[in-house]
Amino acid sequence: MPVRVQQQDFDLSDEVAALRAGQAGIGAIVSFVGTVRDMNDGSSVAAMELEHYPGMTEKALEDIVAKAKARWPVLDALVIHRVGPLAPLDQIVLVAVTSPHRGEAFDACEYIIDYLKTEAPFWKKEQTPEGARWVDARVTDDAALAKWKEGD
Amino acid sequence: MQIQLRFFASVREALNTAQESVELPSGIRTIGDVRLHLQARGGPWAEALAQGRALRMAYNQQMSDESTPITPGCEVAFFPPVTGG
Repeated sequence: MPVRVQQQDFDLSDEVAALRAGQAGIGAIVSFVGTVRDMNDGSSVAAMELEHYPGMTEKALEDIVAKAKARWPVLDALVIHRVGPLAPLDQIVLVAVTSPHRGEAFDACEYIIDYLKTEAPFWKKEQTPEGARWVDARVTDDAALAKWKEGD
Repeated sequence: MQIQLRFFASVREALNTAQESVELPSGIRTIGDVRLHLQARGGPWAEALAQGRALRMAYNQQMSDESTPITPGCEVAFFPPVTGG
């Protein structure tokens, strides 16, 4: 299963071990783990709730992985995204990519997380001392995506 | 025609509605038409779906835009820009 949306935590070592098991053609594994910060936009964050669009989320992530696989000679890719209540220090998201050489694994991993941040239907709501608030989309995320679109 | 509506995150909270089934009058052909139709309900609908607000749309669980045609029984969703990762 290349894409998982789940409440429970994940273990990077276990996931990478499963991804590369028996795959001697792999020469590089690049992984990205996103975590909950205790500070955002000038406020401390005590907790967060992650909402998503069941059904569309999985399709969107599968589409992004498929686009990365079409663009680079990667062997496999895995995306795990957590939903529900999360707290600072918690892991939110894992993207792992395997390929024969490191260059395409680095690029494909960054491409997947950049697209995930602007196209996968997840929304964060933070609890701060000023009350609960929905996180605003970042212009820098759109800028990160622009670099990949130039190459399309 | 009848379609399914879904709302998420801040839009869901503003409308106090996660989903509903709606019968549309004739002449509504695109997601943009649906948005205008719902705005006409007034109150939070006019505000949350107002033109100029950063609003994203999906048609049958695919990212779409106001020009996307609707079809009988389709699922149309409105939500704010995404903030996952």
